[in-house]
Amino acid sequence: MTTPALKFPAQDAPASARAPRATVVALPSPKRKPLAARLRPVLGVIAANVVPPFIVLMLLVGLWQVLCSSPTSPLPAPTTIIQNSWELISNPFYDRGGLDKGLFWHILASLQRVAIGYSLAAVAGVGLGTLIGQSTWAMRGLDPLFQVLRTVPPLAWLPLSLAAFRDGQPAAIFVIFITAIWPIIINTAVGIRNIPQDYRNVAAVLRLNPLEFFIKIMVPAAAPYIFTGLRIGIGLSWLAIIAAEMLIGGVGVGFFIWDAWNSSLIGDIIVALIYVGIVGFILDRIIAGIGAFVTRGTTAA
Amino acid sequence: MSAYLKLDHIDKTFVRGATTTQVLKEVTLEIEKGEYVSIIGHSGCGKSTLLNIVAGLTTATAGGVILEGREVNAPGPDRAVVFQNHSLLPWLTVYDNVRLAVDKVFSGTKSRAERNDWTLHNLELVQMVHAKDKRPGEVSGGMKQRVGIARALAMEPKVLLLDEPFGALDALTRAHLQDSVMQIHATLGNTILMITHDVDEAVLLSDRIVMMTNGPSARIGEVLTVDLVRPRRRLELVANPTYLKAREAVLKFLHERHRFVEAA
Ligand SMILES: Nc1ncnc2c1ncn2[C@@H]1O[C@H](COP(=O)(O)OP(=O)(O)O)[C@@H](O)[C@H]1O
Ligand SMILES: [Mg+2]
Repeated sequence: MTTPALKFPAQDAPASARAPRATVVALPSPKRKPLAARLRPVLGVIAANVVPPFIVLMLLVGLWQVLCSSPTSPLPAPTTIIQNSWELISNPFYDRGGLDKGLFWHILASLQRVAIGYSLAAVAGVGLGTLIGQSTWAMRGLDPLFQVLRTVPPLAWLPLSLAAFRDGQPAAIFVIFITAIWPIIINTAVGIRNIPQDYRNVAAVLRLNPLEFFIKIMVPAAAPYIFTGLRIGIGLSWLAIIAAEMLIGGVGVGFFIWDAWNSSLIGDIIVALIYVGIVGFILDRIIAGIGAFVTRGTTAA
Repeated sequence: MSAYLKLDHIDKTFVRGATTTQVLKEVTLEIEKGEYVSIIGHSGCGKSTLLNIVAGLTTATAGGVILEGREVNAPGPDRAVVFQNHSLLPWLTVYDNVRLAVDKVFSGTKSRAERNDWTLHNLELVQMVHAKDKRPGEVSGGMKQRVGIARALAMEPKVLLLDEPFGALDALTRAHLQDSVMQIHATLGNTILMITHDVDEAVLLSDRIVMMTNGPSARIGEVLTVDLVRPRRRLELVANPTYLKAREAVLKFLHERHRFVEAA
């Protein structure tokens, strides 16, 4: 479950491949290559990964600037945004009380809700997924139900959730929970079902008790699947919290966007969207990184 | 006195939906302590099924397994299995794979330090200490099988069960591992039940060779005692008349009297 963007080509491979070319003039020398020569391939890799997205980004921003620079344009151009929303961009940490805070505080509030709802979903999802994966009857009974429930859009849960909790905060957390839990349950169950019979035989010969079996065999064997579910779950959580906050209000980046729309601060909306995108990306990377770390070696057997 | 390990009138019938297949019929075999017994037969005749019944991983339809006078019908470390495909846990290092077994079997009787020593000792028996911190994915097939053997040995089993342990290896690696197993058997005096489809392997390693008829309803066709002194060296055996005669007997059984029709 590694992702292409994180994969750098092995760094000594290009080094050795390029070495002869760099030392063609001199006779083969046993000495270590100078620092600059050793750094060059590394820099090359960085350049290869940074330069293309940078160029594309510049082109897009340029295009946007050209398209939106007329005074009648419905959307602001990048330069206009920088002018109008400069405080928002330059100081994410200001706090003037109430809802008038920098984006950092709004995002922090959203992240707190996600952290609670998602953690609960992760624990409950792995637990339920294990149960379903282990028991044929639980699978038969619950799987159709889950398959239907998982297609319910996150926001459709919100009214019900508000009715049940009578408060925005737990209602939003519940929406995160119910959104993130399905992919975690389903992927965990598939992972548990796919545990090779061989591992079960090893556990049987060793007479591992159910708890030992769960910790030492099931979790590591199903970890690649579990992390796939967790990763889908975190993405959905972040999608859901923005939408839910637009409706429930209070501090949070979703409400911030909605509030900006009501105040016709289109530039603020765009700045917030960029933050939301970057935070979502980082969340995804964190789960993917944990997954890659935990499941290292598991796939190569 | 009765045998150390006894397979007593074992029948096995698989029921899958409406079809029932009898795989094993009336398999009875007695194995002495320290004996090395091989089971040979064509593929699909039920060798693995029989071994799994001894291991307790499959239950017999009728009959049973008696070890040291007591019936065994659940898996346990007293009958350690070396599986054909090594079955190491890929997320654990070589050391941890063996240590898992050591920790489980000796949790009450050995201290931490003793368990560490015992793990290393068993890795040493199969010459795998040098790779103890590697993961199974990073070592060769032969090495994985060595670790599988170390893990089984580390349980100090009463019977060591080997299911075609060298089947997936190239000829040279296989010869190396066979020598290692012979060496270990000579040193520790384990009781070993091994499945194989390799005639030379069976003759080289075994005290007795159990030949199975083709399925369905496979039985024990013949049992051959291999009267070769130990230690046996494969090079010296090449021209040994006893070796050649044993080899011929097994080949004749497999290819004349119980030709594998589907393989023709
Ligand atoms: N779980 C099972 N259900 C139904 N049939 C099985 C099962 N396991 C094995 N068999 C059948 O039993 C026969 C013997 O299998 P096996 O013991 O694996 O043979 P061998 O190890 O000698 O090659 C085969 O025909 C196989 O299809
Ligand atoms: Mg088999």
